Amino acid sequence: MIKPPARKAPPRKTAKGAKYELCLYVAGNTAKSSAALANLKRIAADHLAGEYSIKVIDLLKNPALARGDQILAIPTLVRRLPSPIRKIIGDLSDTERVLVGLDVKPHA
Amino acid sequence: MTVQTNKRPVPKNRRLPGIRKAPSGIAGLDEITGGGLPSGRPTLICGGPGCGKTMLAMEFLVRGATEFDEPGVFMSFEETAEDLEQNVVSMGFDLKALQRRKKIVVDEVRVVRSEIHETGEYDLEGLFIRLGHAIDSIGAKRVVLDTLEALFGGFSNAAVLRAELRRLFDWLKQKNVTAIITGERGEGQLTRQGLEEYVSDCVILLDHRVANQLTIRRLRIVKYRGTVHGTDEYPFLIGQKGISVLPITSLGLTHRAPTSVISSGIAALDPALGGGLYESSTVLVSGTAGTGKSTFAGHLTAATCERGEKALYVGLEQSPDEFLRNMKGIGMPLRRYVSEGLLKFHALRPSAHGLELHLTTIHQHVEEFKPHLVVIDAITSFFGMGLSAEINSMLVRLIDFLKSRGVTLYMASLSENAASAERGGANISSIVDTWIQLRNVETNGARVRTLSVVKSRGMAHSNLTHQFAITGKGVALQNAPSQQPS
Repeated sequence: MIKPPARKAPPRKTAKGAKYELCLYVAGNTAKSSAALANLKRIAADHLAGEYSIKVIDLLKNPALARGDQILAIPTLVRRLPSPIRKIIGDLSDTERVLVGLDVKPHA
Repeated sequence: MTVQTNKRPVPKNRRLPGIRKAPSGIAGLDEITGGGLPSGRPTLICGGPGCGKTMLAMEFLVRGATEFDEPGVFMSFEETAEDLEQNVVSMGFDLKALQRRKKIVVDEVRVVRSEIHETGEYDLEGLFIRLGHAIDSIGAKRVVLDTLEALFGGFSNAAVLRAELRRLFDWLKQKNVTAIITGERGEGQLTRQGLEEYVSDCVILLDHRVANQLTIRRLRIVKYRGTVHGTDEYPFLIGQKGISVLPITSLGLTHRAPTSVISSGIAALDPALGGGLYESSTVLVSGTAGTGKSTFAGHLTAATCERGEKALYVGLEQSPDEFLRNMKGIGMPLRRYVSEGLLKFHALRPSAHGLELHLTTIHQHVEEFKPHLVVIDAITSFFGMGLSAEINSMLVRLIDFLKSRGVTLYMASLSENAASAERGGANISSIVDTWIQLRNVETNGARVRTLSVVKSRGMAHSNLTHQFAITGKGVALQNAPSQQPS
């Protein structure tokens, strides 16, 4: 029943065997989505030291993909790797919480 | 003086645009809602855990897809698709096949708080897109969200959730889908999260409670904007063919009329009836105390079980053991049919329950046991429990129900005295098919038992009053004709 989402969009930034495989779900080009993407790029560049890949999935274009990763809230950032899967919802404006969510930093 | 009237002609066939309704296909529910749920609008179904919300919602969807050509989406926030599929098998629904045929989509939404971190602003656009995609993929006309309140456990920002819920209900209306939203019963309000605030068109409350060790489910329409609806609490059952809400008056007068004739169990009586009794007909046997009503029931029961068919004996006056002993005493050993599983008893004092509960339990027994014959000994025991209008309507519903299932019904009716005997009891004599009147006539220092066939629909029956005796081998008819009853 649950189909893995097709991987179409090329990663924005790739390192070989990226340690952090990140996927950002958005719905069209809204202010929240743009903010989330900008925040994500900044946080990744600052804290993940090139060991990451970012893929953006626009659910307006691929509505079927919402099911696979159990997406309800927009924007949602899914950390596919390393496992287990983690989800961070919102515009990612709180860098500390994002880092905790991604398990880059231990819980405060 | 003439009154000035409005000269504008009123078109005759113009019907006021009332609320369009989506038939639920659930037995009885469409009766009390006057045709179904409001079409293109959301309906809230609320109740405590295990009261049947999911089942009702699922049946609405399945009936829509199979009977009304309205495909549906079931968005489950609580149960997995596998669990749902298994749970509805008991009602005879094959969800897997319906999904393959693109009649139903089951979308399982998992909301796990521990997996989710929140940082900054968000909305639930993903839910809208998901639901919209599911609706569009099969052209769904019906949607079930079961239960939306799980969202409150998944997201911490209640303000966002409430705004999004309001948007969701507006969006569902725009999509013109008939939706059922289920909600858990809350303290002091209908649902825990106050969903009733958002759904203003139709609210149905389900409830189940235990009375005298028997669980009874009830349904009440709290609100149905713009329509006339039943306001009582109606008992309902979840059976093998889905949910049935009593009154099941929806059966109406459409039952088939079998032409096969069965014996009354007394060979000598059959000719007087014009050959016997029609299968799945309703037989009323009335008489004062001690005229032999139960004995006639015993004969019919014995004949039914002898054919290998099942009989349900609803005893309101004597215990099963007493009945078995008494029948054995007059040459009818019925006990072996009990051990063979052909004869089942449902005995209780009429005062033990309310009328609706009696009706419900008889329904339940019929659904489970699937008898060919139901004996109620005696229906007059119900009187004094309520207004006679209520009892009549209950008996009419029972007769309708049994006829629709092809079950023969035998009702004994106790007459207070000879004068009331002619009325037969319960004013239901007009709807029974066969009516046999038993009498005890005192003549020349002896009581003489007589019977007369007052009516036997569709049968050339005897006009005579027959004498009979109750012997060690049951009823023995003496075909000596006596005078016609005046």
